Amino acid sequence: MSWLDFFRSRKPEPATADQAKERLQIVLAHERIGRTREDFLPKLQQEIVMVVAKYVAIDPGKVNVSLDRGGDMSTLAIEIDLPGPQGAGLRRAS
Amino acid sequence: MAEVIVVTSGKGGVGKTTSSAAFATGLAQRGKKVVVIDFDVGLRNLDLIMGVERRVVFDIVNVIQGEARLNQALIRDKRVDTLSILPASQTRDKDALTKEGVGTIIEELSKDHDYILCDSPAGIEKGALLALYFADQAVVVTNPEVSSVRDSDRILGVLQSKSKRAEEKRDPVKEHLLVTRYDPARVEKGEMLKLDDIREILAIPLLGVIPESESVLRASNTGTPVVMDAESIAGQAYKDAVGRFLGEKVEHRFLEAQKKGIFSRLFGGRAA
Repeated sequence: MSWLDFFRSRKPEPATADQAKERLQIVLAHERIGRTREDFLPKLQQEIVMVVAKYVAIDPGKVNVSLDRGGDMSTLAIEIDLPGPQGAGLRRAS
Repeated sequence: MAEVIVVTSGKGGVGKTTSSAAFATGLAQRGKKVVVIDFDVGLRNLDLIMGVERRVVFDIVNVIQGEARLNQALIRDKRVDTLSILPASQTRDKDALTKEGVGTIIEELSKDHDYILCDSPAGIEKGALLALYFADQAVVVTNPEVSSVRDSDRILGVLQSKSKRAEEKRDPVKEHLLVTRYDPARVEKGEMLKLDDIREILAIPLLGVIPESESVLRASNTGTPVVMDAESIAGQAYKDAVGRFLGEKVEHRFLEAQKKGIFSRLFGGRAA
Protein backbone atom coordinates (compact mmCIF):
# COMPACT_ATOMS: atom_id res chain seq x y z
CA MET A 1 0.00 0.00 0.00
CA SER A 2 1.54 3.26 -1.03
CA TRP A 3 1.30 6.46 0.92
CA LEU A 4 -0.75 7.86 -1.94
CA ASP A 5 -3.60 5.54 -0.95
CA PHE A 6 -4.15 7.77 1.98
CA PHE A 7 -5.48 10.42 -0.33
CA ARG A 8 -7.58 8.19 -2.49
CA SER A 9 -11.14 7.98 -1.43
CA ARG A 10 -11.80 4.64 0.16
CA LYS A 11 -14.55 2.56 -1.38
CA PRO A 12 -17.55 2.32 0.90
CA GLU A 13 -17.94 -1.17 2.38
CA PRO A 14 -21.11 -2.93 1.21
CA ALA A 15 -23.74 -3.02 3.93
CA THR A 16 -23.75 -6.50 5.42
CA ALA A 17 -26.14 -6.11 8.35
CA ASP A 18 -29.11 -7.21 6.24
CA GLN A 19 -27.36 -10.43 5.34
CA ALA A 20 -26.66 -11.03 9.01
CA LYS A 21 -30.33 -10.66 9.83
CA GLU A 22 -31.51 -12.92 7.04
CA ARG A 23 -29.00 -15.66 7.85
CA LEU A 24 -29.94 -15.52 11.52
CA GLN A 25 -33.65 -15.74 10.81
CA ILE A 26 -33.19 -18.87 8.74
CA VAL A 27 -30.78 -20.69 11.03
CA LEU A 28 -32.83 -19.89 14.13
CA ALA A 29 -36.08 -20.98 12.52
CA HIS A 30 -34.49 -24.39 12.03
CA GLU A 31 -32.86 -24.55 15.43
CA ARG A 32 -36.08 -23.66 17.19
CA ILE A 33 -37.84 -26.56 15.47
CA GLY A 34 -35.00 -28.81 16.58
CA ARG A 35 -35.75 -27.90 20.16
CA THR A 36 -39.23 -29.34 20.12
CA ARG A 37 -38.73 -32.26 17.75
CA GLU A 38 -35.73 -33.94 16.30
CA ASP A 39 -34.35 -32.68 13.00
CA PHE A 40 -35.49 -35.50 10.72
CA LEU A 41 -33.41 -34.65 7.65
CA PRO A 42 -30.19 -36.48 8.62
CA LYS A 43 -32.22 -39.57 9.50
CA LEU A 44 -34.28 -39.34 6.33
CA GLN A 45 -31.09 -39.26 4.30
CA GLN A 46 -29.68 -42.27 6.14
CA GLU A 47 -32.81 -44.32 5.61
CA ILE A 48 -33.11 -43.47 1.91
CA VAL A 49 -29.56 -44.64 1.35
CA MET A 50 -30.28 -47.81 3.33
CA VAL A 51 -33.32 -48.62 1.19
CA VAL A 52 -31.35 -48.13 -2.02
CA ALA A 53 -28.54 -50.30 -0.65
CA LYS A 54 -31.08 -53.09 -0.08
CA TYR A 55 -31.60 -53.42 -3.82
CA VAL A 56 -28.32 -52.30 -5.34
CA ALA A 57 -24.76 -52.74 -4.19
CA ILE A 58 -23.68 -49.16 -3.76
CA ASP A 59 -20.26 -47.82 -3.08
CA PRO A 60 -20.54 -45.69 0.08
CA GLY A 61 -17.86 -43.45 -1.36
CA LYS A 62 -20.16 -42.63 -4.26
CA VAL A 63 -23.05 -41.22 -2.33
CA ASN A 64 -23.27 -37.44 -2.42
CA VAL A 65 -25.57 -35.70 -0.05
CA SER A 66 -26.21 -32.01 0.00
CA LEU A 67 -28.58 -30.17 2.21
CA ASP A 68 -29.60 -26.57 1.93
CA ARG A 69 -31.70 -25.25 4.76
CA GLY A 70 -33.73 -22.36 3.45
CA GLY A 71 -36.38 -20.06 4.84
CA ASP A 72 -39.39 -21.22 2.85
CA MET A 73 -37.99 -24.50 1.63
CA SER A 74 -35.13 -26.87 2.32
CA THR A 75 -33.55 -29.02 -0.34
CA LEU A 76 -32.11 -32.43 0.32
CA ALA A 77 -30.26 -33.78 -2.73
CA ILE A 78 -28.98 -37.33 -2.65
CA GLU A 79 -26.91 -38.47 -5.58
CA ILE A 80 -26.09 -42.16 -5.64
CA ASP A 81 -23.93 -43.72 -8.31
CA LEU A 82 -25.58 -47.00 -9.23
CA PRO A 83 -23.16 -49.51 -10.74
CA GLY A 84 -23.96 -50.27 -14.41
CA PRO A 85 -24.31 -53.86 -15.71
CA GLN A 86 -20.59 -53.98 -16.44
CA GLY A 87 -19.60 -52.68 -13.06
CA ALA A 88 -21.93 -55.15 -11.41
CA GLY A 89 -20.55 -57.97 -13.56
CA LEU A 90 -16.97 -57.14 -12.75
CA ARG A 91 -17.73 -57.06 -9.11
CA ARG A 92 -19.29 -60.49 -9.27
CA ALA A 93 -16.27 -61.83 -11.08
CA SER A 94 -13.79 -60.51 -8.57
CA MET B 1 -37.33 -13.45 49.75
CA ALA B 2 -34.77 -12.36 47.21
CA GLU B 3 -35.23 -12.34 43.46
CA VAL B 4 -32.62 -14.46 41.73
CA ILE B 5 -31.35 -12.93 38.48
CA VAL B 6 -29.02 -14.76 36.12
CA VAL B 7 -26.84 -12.76 33.76
CA THR B 8 -26.21 -15.07 30.84
CA SER B 9 -25.48 -15.15 27.11
CA GLY B 10 -24.26 -18.49 25.86
CA LYS B 11 -21.40 -16.86 24.00
CA GLY B 12 -18.29 -15.70 25.81
CA GLY B 13 -16.80 -12.25 25.75
CA VAL B 14 -20.03 -10.36 25.18
CA GLY B 15 -20.01 -8.57 28.53
CA LYS B 16 -21.66 -10.81 31.10
CA THR B 17 -19.25 -10.01 33.90
CA THR B 18 -19.11 -6.30 33.05
CA SER B 19 -22.91 -6.26 33.03
CA SER B 20 -23.21 -8.29 36.24
CA ALA B 21 -20.85 -5.91 38.03
CA ALA B 22 -22.56 -2.82 36.67
CA PHE B 23 -26.05 -4.11 37.31
CA ALA B 24 -25.34 -5.33 40.83
CA THR B 25 -23.67 -2.05 41.72
CA GLY B 26 -26.48 -0.06 40.12
CA LEU B 27 -29.12 -1.92 42.11
CA ALA B 28 -27.15 -1.47 45.32
CA GLN B 29 -26.75 2.23 44.62
CA ARG B 30 -30.53 2.36 44.63
CA GLY B 31 -30.52 1.05 48.18
CA LYS B 32 -31.24 -2.60 47.39
CA LYS B 33 -29.41 -5.33 49.28
CA VAL B 34 -27.53 -7.12 46.55
CA VAL B 35 -25.13 -10.04 46.33
CA VAL B 36 -23.44 -11.00 43.09
CA ILE B 37 -22.12 -14.54 42.66
CA ASP B 38 -19.41 -15.57 40.21
CA PHE B 39 -20.27 -18.99 38.75
CA ASP B 40 -17.22 -19.21 36.52
CA VAL B 41 -15.29 -21.74 38.59
CA GLY B 42 -11.74 -22.02 37.35
CA LEU B 43 -11.87 -18.74 35.43
CA ARG B 44 -13.02 -16.25 38.02
CA ASN B 45 -13.00 -12.63 36.94
CA LEU B 46 -15.84 -10.88 38.67
CA ASP B 47 -13.49 -10.14 41.58
CA LEU B 48 -11.18 -8.22 39.22
CA ILE B 49 -13.97 -6.29 37.54
CA MET B 50 -15.37 -5.40 40.97
CA GLY B 51 -11.90 -4.45 42.21
CA VAL B 52 -11.93 -6.85 45.18
CA GLU B 53 -9.38 -9.38 43.89
CA ARG B 54 -7.00 -8.74 46.76
CA ARG B 55 -9.64 -9.40 49.37
CA VAL B 56 -10.65 -12.88 48.25
CA VAL B 57 -10.07 -15.41 51.03
CA PHE B 58 -12.75 -18.05 50.59
CA ASP B 59 -14.94 -18.79 47.61
CA ILE B 60 -18.20 -20.48 46.67
CA VAL B 61 -16.59 -23.94 46.49
CA ASN B 62 -15.20 -23.57 50.03
CA VAL B 63 -18.72 -22.79 51.21
CA ILE B 64 -20.29 -25.71 49.34
CA GLN B 65 -17.70 -28.11 50.72
CA GLY B 66 -18.13 -26.82 54.26
CA GLU B 67 -14.61 -25.38 54.52
CA ALA B 68 -15.89 -21.87 55.19
CA ARG B 69 -19.10 -20.25 56.30
CA LEU B 70 -21.02 -18.17 53.79
CA ASN B 71 -20.41 -15.02 55.80
CA GLN B 72 -16.67 -15.56 55.69
CA ALA B 73 -16.66 -15.91 51.92
CA LEU B 74 -18.82 -12.87 51.19
CA ILE B 75 -16.80 -9.76 50.36
CA ARG B 76 -18.52 -6.54 51.29
CA ASP B 77 -18.02 -3.72 48.79
CA LYS B 78 -16.31 -0.69 50.27
CA ARG B 79 -17.98 1.81 47.94
CA VAL B 80 -21.62 0.71 48.17
CA ASP B 81 -22.44 -0.77 51.54
CA THR B 82 -25.45 -2.84 50.47
CA LEU B 83 -23.40 -4.79 47.95
CA SER B 84 -21.44 -8.02 48.43
CA ILE B 85 -19.57 -10.39 46.17
CA LEU B 86 -19.25 -14.16 46.39
CA PRO B 87 -16.23 -15.11 44.31
CA ALA B 88 -15.74 -18.28 42.29
CA SER B 89 -12.95 -20.68 42.99
CA GLN B 90 -9.90 -20.28 40.81
CA THR B 91 -8.31 -23.65 41.47
CA ARG B 92 -11.11 -26.22 41.51
CA ASP B 93 -12.89 -27.54 38.50
CA LYS B 94 -16.53 -27.01 37.66
CA ASP B 95 -17.61 -30.33 39.16
CA ALA B 96 -17.05 -28.84 42.59
CA LEU B 97 -20.36 -26.99 42.12
CA THR B 98 -23.44 -29.02 42.98
CA LYS B 99 -27.10 -28.22 42.59
CA GLU B 100 -27.74 -28.90 46.29
CA GLY B 101 -24.79 -26.77 47.36
CA VAL B 102 -25.79 -23.83 45.21
CA GLY B 103 -29.40 -24.23 46.30
CA THR B 104 -28.43 -24.02 49.97
CA ILE B 105 -26.32 -20.91 49.37
CA ILE B 106 -29.09 -19.17 47.44
CA GLU B 107 -31.65 -20.07 50.10
CA GLU B 108 -29.46 -18.64 52.83
CA LEU B 109 -28.65 -15.45 50.87
CA SER B 110 -32.34 -15.05 50.13
CA LYS B 111 -33.05 -14.31 53.78
CA ASP B 112 -31.24 -11.00 53.92
CA HIS B 113 -30.93 -9.78 50.33
CA ASP B 114 -33.29 -8.22 47.80
CA TYR B 115 -31.45 -9.46 44.73
CA ILE B 116 -29.07 -12.33 44.07
CA LEU B 117 -27.24 -11.88 40.77
CA CYS B 118 -25.66 -14.93 39.20
CA ASP B 119 -22.85 -14.15 36.78
CA SER B 120 -22.90 -17.13 34.43
CA PRO B 121 -19.89 -18.58 32.66
CA ALA B 122 -20.03 -18.90 28.87
CA GLY B 123 -21.32 -22.07 27.28
CA ILE B 124 -24.19 -24.36 28.23
CA GLU B 125 -22.25 -26.73 30.45
CA LYS B 126 -22.62 -27.38 34.16
CA GLY B 127 -21.52 -23.95 35.46
CA ALA B 128 -23.88 -22.12 33.14
CA LEU B 129 -26.73 -24.52 33.85
CA LEU B 130 -26.31 -24.07 37.61
CA ALA B 131 -26.10 -20.29 37.27
CA LEU B 132 -29.50 -20.18 35.58
CA TYR B 133 -31.19 -23.08 37.40
CA PHE B 134 -32.52 -21.07 40.36
CA ALA B 135 -33.30 -17.91 38.38
CA ASP B 136 -36.54 -15.97 38.64
CA GLN B 137 -35.37 -13.51 36.01
CA ALA B 138 -32.72 -13.59 33.30
CA VAL B 139 -30.71 -10.81 31.73
CA VAL B 140 -29.58 -12.09 28.34
CA VAL B 141 -26.50 -10.16 27.22
CA THR B 142 -26.22 -9.95 23.43
CA ASN B 143 -23.82 -8.26 21.03
CA PRO B 144 -25.09 -7.06 17.64
CA GLU B 145 -23.34 -9.92 15.91
CA VAL B 146 -24.63 -13.18 14.40
CA SER B 147 -22.92 -15.68 16.71
CA SER B 148 -23.96 -13.82 19.83
CA VAL B 149 -27.60 -13.55 18.73
CA ARG B 150 -27.69 -17.23 17.85
CA ASP B 151 -26.23 -18.24 21.21
CA SER B 152 -28.66 -15.96 23.03
CA ASP B 153 -31.52 -17.71 21.29
CA ARG B 154 -30.06 -21.04 22.36
CA ILE B 155 -29.71 -19.96 25.99
CA LEU B 156 -33.32 -18.74 25.94
CA GLY B 157 -34.30 -22.26 24.96
CA VAL B 158 -32.27 -23.63 27.86
CA LEU B 159 -33.93 -21.19 30.29
CA GLN B 160 -37.33 -22.36 29.08
CA SER B 161 -36.54 -26.03 29.50
CA LYS B 162 -33.85 -26.53 32.15
CA SER B 163 -34.46 -23.93 34.84
CA LYS B 164 -36.04 -24.91 38.14
CA ARG B 165 -39.11 -22.90 37.21
CA ALA B 166 -39.44 -24.84 33.96
CA GLU B 167 -38.92 -28.18 35.69
CA GLU B 168 -41.54 -27.38 38.31
CA LYS B 169 -43.87 -25.99 35.61
CA ARG B 170 -44.20 -22.69 37.47
CA ASP B 171 -44.34 -19.26 35.77
CA PRO B 172 -41.43 -19.08 33.34
CA VAL B 173 -38.22 -17.19 34.05
CA LYS B 174 -38.77 -13.52 33.19
CA GLU B 175 -36.46 -12.66 30.30
CA HIS B 176 -34.74 -9.34 29.59
CA LEU B 177 -32.61 -8.42 26.61
CA LEU B 178 -29.50 -6.36 27.24
CA VAL B 179 -27.69 -5.38 24.05
CA THR B 180 -24.07 -4.44 24.67
CA ARG B 181 -21.26 -3.00 22.53
CA TYR B 182 -23.82 -1.30 20.31
CA ASP B 183 -22.22 1.08 17.84
CA PRO B 184 -24.86 3.38 16.32
CA ALA B 185 -22.41 4.78 13.74
CA ARG B 186 -21.74 1.30 12.35
CA VAL B 187 -25.45 0.51 12.43
CA GLU B 188 -26.15 3.61 10.36
CA LYS B 189 -23.59 2.46 7.82
CA GLY B 190 -25.32 -0.90 7.57
CA GLU B 191 -22.32 -2.72 9.00
CA MET B 192 -23.94 -3.85 12.23
CA LEU B 193 -27.25 -5.50 13.10
CA LYS B 194 -29.88 -2.94 14.04
CA LEU B 195 -31.43 -2.96 17.49
CA ASP B 196 -34.87 -3.54 15.94
CA ASP B 197 -33.58 -6.57 14.06
CA ILE B 198 -32.16 -8.12 17.23
CA ARG B 199 -35.41 -7.45 19.03
CA GLU B 200 -37.43 -8.94 16.21
CA ILE B 201 -35.30 -12.08 16.12
CA LEU B 202 -35.04 -12.76 19.86
CA ALA B 203 -38.51 -11.40 20.68
CA ILE B 204 -37.98 -10.73 24.39
CA PRO B 205 -38.50 -7.43 26.23
CA LEU B 206 -35.65 -4.95 25.92
CA LEU B 207 -34.03 -3.88 29.18
CA GLY B 208 -31.28 -1.71 27.81
CA VAL B 209 -28.75 -0.93 25.12
CA ILE B 210 -25.19 -0.29 26.22
CA PRO B 211 -23.22 1.65 23.63
CA GLU B 212 -19.68 0.67 22.69
CA SER B 213 -17.53 2.85 24.86
CA GLU B 214 -13.91 3.24 25.85
CA SER B 215 -14.95 3.72 29.43
CA VAL B 216 -15.71 -0.01 29.79
CA LEU B 217 -12.05 -0.93 29.39
CA ARG B 218 -11.06 1.92 31.66
CA ALA B 219 -13.47 0.62 34.27
CA SER B 220 -12.09 -2.91 34.11
CA ASN B 221 -8.51 -1.59 34.24
CA THR B 222 -9.25 0.06 37.55
CA GLY B 223 -11.70 -2.45 38.99
CA THR B 224 -14.52 0.08 39.17
CA PRO B 225 -17.92 -1.07 37.87
CA VAL B 226 -18.61 1.16 34.86
CA VAL B 227 -21.95 2.28 36.32
CA MET B 228 -19.95 4.30 38.88
CA ASP B 229 -18.50 6.43 36.08
CA ALA B 230 -21.14 9.11 35.76
CA GLU B 231 -19.43 10.63 32.71
CA SER B 232 -19.50 7.41 30.75
CA ILE B 233 -22.34 6.82 28.28
CA ALA B 234 -22.07 3.09 29.01
CA GLY B 235 -22.34 3.81 32.72
CA GLN B 236 -25.39 6.00 32.15
CA ALA B 237 -26.96 3.33 29.96
CA TYR B 238 -26.50 0.74 32.73
CA LYS B 239 -28.04 3.14 35.21
CA ASP B 240 -31.04 3.58 32.92
CA ALA B 241 -31.35 -0.20 32.58
CA VAL B 242 -31.38 -0.58 36.37
CA GLY B 243 -34.15 2.02 36.55
CA ARG B 244 -36.20 0.12 33.98
CA PHE B 245 -35.59 -3.10 35.86
CA LEU B 246 -37.07 -1.45 38.95
CA GLY B 247 -40.15 -0.57 36.94
CA GLU B 248 -39.39 3.03 36.04
CA LYS B 249 -40.14 4.40 32.62
CA VAL B 250 -36.80 5.51 31.20
CA GLU B 251 -36.31 6.45 27.54
CA HIS B 252 -33.56 4.61 25.67
CA ARG B 253 -30.55 6.80 24.95
CA PHE B 254 -27.39 6.59 22.85
CA LEU B 255 -29.14 4.83 19.98
CA GLU B 256 -28.14 7.44 17.39
CA ALA B 257 -24.63 8.16 16.20
CA GLN B 258 -23.19 11.30 17.68
CA LYS B 259 -22.50 13.86 15.00
CA LYS B 260 -18.84 14.64 14.96
CA GLY B 261 -17.57 18.10 14.27
CA ILE B 262 -14.53 18.71 12.11
CA PHE B 263 -12.43 19.17 15.23
CA SER B 264 -13.16 15.78 16.76
CA ARG B 265 -12.93 14.17 13.31
CA LEU B 266 -9.40 15.47 12.98
CA PHE B 267 -8.24 14.88 16.48
CA GLY B 268 -10.03 11.65 17.28
CA GLY B 269 -11.99 11.58 20.46
CA ARG B 270 -14.40 8.72 20.67
CA ALA B 271 -17.43 7.99 22.79
CA ALA B 272 -16.75 8.50 26.47
